Amino acid sequence: MSVLALKNVSRSFGPIEVLHGVDIALRPGRVHALIGENGAGKSTTMKIMAGYQPPSSGQVALDGRPVAFADMGQAEAQGISMIHQEFNLAEQLTVEQNIFLGRELKRGPLLDKPAMRARTRELLDRLECRVAPDRVVSTLSNSDKQMVEIAKALLRDTRVLVMDEPTAVLTRAETAILLRQVRALRDAGTAVLFTSHKLDEVEDIADDLTIMRDGRVVWTGEASRMDQHAMANAMVGREKSDLFPAKVSTPGEVALEVRDLTVPGFSHDVGFTLRRGEILGVAGLIGSGRTETFEGLCGLRPATGDVRIFGESVRIDHPWQAQALGLCYLTEDRKTRGLLLSKGLRENLTLQALAKFDRGLIDTGAEERALDQAIADFDIRGDRAALVGNLSGGNQQKLLFAKTLLADPRIIVIDEPTRGIDIGTKQQMYALIRKLASEGRAIVVISSEMQEVIGLADRILVMRHGRVTGELGANATEDAIVKLAMGVATEREPA
Amino acid sequence: MTDAAAPAPRRIRMTVIGPILALVLLVVAGALMNPNFLGWDNVTNVLARSAFIGIIAVGMTFVITAGGLDLSVGSMAAFIAGLMILVMNSLVPTMGVGIPVILVGMAVALLAGLAAGLLNGILITRLGIEAFIVTLGSMGIYRSLVTWLADGGTLSLDFNLRSLYQPVYYGGIAGITWPIIVFAVVVVLGEIVMRSTAFGRHCAAIGSNEQVAKYSSVRVDRVRLTTYAALGLLVGIATIMYVPRLGSASSATGMLWELEAIAAVIIGGTVLKGGFGRVWGTVIGVLILTLIGNLLNLTDFVSPYLNGAIQGAIIVLAVVLQRDGKARA
Repeated sequence: MSVLALKNVSRSFGPIEVLHGVDIALRPGRVHALIGENGAGKSTTMKIMAGYQPPSSGQVALDGRPVAFADMGQAEAQGISMIHQEFNLAEQLTVEQNIFLGRELKRGPLLDKPAMRARTRELLDRLECRVAPDRVVSTLSNSDKQMVEIAKALLRDTRVLVMDEPTAVLTRAETAILLRQVRALRDAGTAVLFTSHKLDEVEDIADDLTIMRDGRVVWTGEASRMDQHAMANAMVGREKSDLFPAKVSTPGEVALEVRDLTVPGFSHDVGFTLRRGEILGVAGLIGSGRTETFEGLCGLRPATGDVRIFGESVRIDHPWQAQALGLCYLTEDRKTRGLLLSKGLRENLTLQALAKFDRGLIDTGAEERALDQAIADFDIRGDRAALVGNLSGGNQQKLLFAKTLLADPRIIVIDEPTRGIDIGTKQQMYALIRKLASEGRAIVVISSEMQEVIGLADRILVMRHGRVTGELGANATEDAIVKLAMGVATEREPA
Repeated sequence: MTDAAAPAPRRIRMTVIGPILALVLLVVAGALMNPNFLGWDNVTNVLARSAFIGIIAVGMTFVITAGGLDLSVGSMAAFIAGLMILVMNSLVPTMGVGIPVILVGMAVALLAGLAAGLLNGILITRLGIEAFIVTLGSMGIYRSLVTWLADGGTLSLDFNLRSLYQPVYYGGIAGITWPIIVFAVVVVLGEIVMRSTAFGRHCAAIGSNEQVAKYSSVRVDRVRLTTYAALGLLVGIATIMYVPRLGSASSATGMLWELEAIAAVIIGGTVLKGGFGRVWGTVIGVLILTLIGNLLNLTDFVSPYLNGAIQGAIIVLAVVLQRDGKARA
C-alpha cells in the first residue's frame, strides 16, 4: 500500500508539457530513488508530490485517496515535507529558531525557549549533529544546514520526506552520515523520496527505483534489479555519439592567453591558451573555482594576472571592458544573473548589445527584427509577448545564448551550457557551440557534467581547489578527469 | 509568431489606468463642487504649484526605477536656495542689481545641485552604502547647513533683486508661467529618456536585477551615479523656479518635498523597489497630490487640515492597486 502516489500525472508550463503521464508510488518504510538527467522532470515530479505545484492532469493519492493540495502548507499538514537543493532556511536566525519557525512552542503569550532548546538538542542528537542550537544558520556548513532541514522535517512528524539531491553539496563523510539518517528514518516507517546524480549512492540506499527521461517514467521497480551501468543507460537512453556533434576543429591563431590568473579566495595562478575555432572544456568538482576564475577573467570579480587577447596585453576590471575586447561570459545562473525574468524577450535580447540599437533613441523596429532573427536562429519557442520568467528553462537558455551572441563576441566563456534543460535542447546547444567554434570563435565550456566536457571539448582543463591540475586531450576518459579533479591519491568517485 | 509587432501584453491593467482614472475623478469632483475649479487662474495655479515637486519627482522616477532612493531632495532644495540667496546678496555691492547677478545665482544653483547629487551618487556607488542611509544622512546635513546659513532665521534676497527675479516665477509666455513651461519641458524630455534611450532601459534593467545588468556589461555604477546627479541638477532647476516666489529661504523651506516626490512617483505606477518606471505616471501622481490640497481649499466639505490624511490614503491605495500587475517570476 502506497502512502503517496502520482497516477498518470502530467504537467504543462504554458504550451509545453514537461511531464507526460507519470506514475510513481512511495511506500512507507522504503527509500525510493528518483533518477534521471537534468531536465528529465524529477524536480517537477517532486514539487507535485510535495504540493508546491498542482498537476495539470492526473491524480495525487494520499493513502489511496485522491487529494489536491492547495499549497505546500496543506501537504505539510498531511505529513509531507520537501527538502530543497537550495536550502529553505532563514539565514539570520538561529538553528533553533529555524527548526521551530512557524510552530514556536509557547507558554501563554511568550515563547517557551527552554522547551524549544531541549527539543532542538534532542532532534540534532538523533541526527548525530553537533551544532549548537543557538548558532546562526548563516555560519553553518552545508552539511549542517542539511541536518537542520532534516531536523525541521522530523519535528513535523513527517510521513513522507522528499529530498531533492541532498548530497550534491556534501562531502563523502557528510554523505555517509546523511545516508545513515535516511536509513534510520526509513526504519522508523517514513517513506523517503531521494534524488541524486551519484549512482553509487543510489545503489547503496534505494529500495525502490524510478528512472525518468524526457518527462516520462522509463523504468520503475526494485532497486536491486539495476546496477549502476544499467541505470546510466536507462537515464540517457541514447548513445553519446548521437548527442554530440563531430569534433572537426581546425585551431587558428591564439585568441586568448592567460598567465598567473588569480582570483583572491577562489583560484591561483591559472594559465592556459585558447585558439580560434577551438573548444576548451573546463572540468572540476563544485567548489573547484571554475566559475570564479572565469568571472575574474571577464571583469566580474577582482582578479590579477596577465591576459592577452589576440596577442595584445589587456587589463579587464569590468565586464563592459571585456565585451569591448570581444570577450563575453555566459553565466551558469540564467535566472538570477542572466535574464530579467520580469521583462519581455525583446528587452532581454538586446540588453547586452543595446549600443547596436542606439541611434540617440533606441530603434525598437531594429530590436523587433533582431528578435525575429533570434527566434528563428535559436528555435526559441513560446509566446513572443510573454515575460521571460514564464519561458521554459530551455527557451530561457536559448534566449541567453542569443543575447550574448548579439554582442558579437570573439571569445565566449560558456558556464554550464545545458543546466536544467531537456535532452533535445541540449543537443541543439551542443551543435550550436560547435558551429560557433567552426565560425572561428574561441570557446570555453565550463561544465559539471563530465560527459558534456568529454563529448564537446577539443582540450580539457581540469581544476581542483582553484588550481589547474592538468590538461587532457579530446579523447580523455572520465577516469582521467576524475583523478585530476579529486587529486590523484584520492579514491575514485564518480561525479 | 505571426504578430511581429506585439511588444507586450496589451491587456488594460489597473496599474495603467488607475492613476488616470483617479485624476479624472478628482477633476470631475472639483468641477462639480466649485465652478472656479476649472477656471484659468486655478488651473495655472495648480500647475505652477505642482512644478517644484514635479520637476524633482521626474528625477526621482529615474532614481527609483534604477532601484535607488533619495531622501535628501527637500533639504537639498532648501540648502541650494539659501546658498543661492547668499551668493546673490554678496554680489550686489560689486556687480550691482542686474541680470548678471541672477544668472550667477542660477549657475550656483545648478552647480550646487549637480555636486550634491554627485556626492550622494558617489557615496552610494563607490562606497557601496545603501541609498537610504546615505540620503538620510545628507538630508540631515543640508537641513542643518541651511539653518546654520540663516542663523536659525530666514535668508532674504536683496529687495531690489527680488523684484527683478520675480518674473521667473510670476511671468511667462501667453499666460503660461515659467515654472509650468520648465516643468513641461522636463517631463517631455524625461519621458523620452525613460522610454526610448539606452539610459532609461539600463535604469529599468538595474532596478529589475542588478546582477543581470552587471553580467550584461551594463555600466551599473555609472548609470546609477547619473540618476543621482540628474536628480540633483533637477533639484537645482526647481530651486531656481522656487526662490523668486517668496524671495527667501529658511530651515522650513522644502520641508517634506522628498516624501511628496516619492509619493508622486509611486502613485504614478513606478515600482518602489525598482525595475519599472514611467514619467507620465509621475506627472499624474504630482497632479493628484496637488489637486487634493487645492480641492480642500476650494470646498467646505472637508477641513484642509485633513489634506495629509487623504494624501496618505491615496498613496496606500495606489500601491494596493499596483499589485495586480506583478510578474509571476
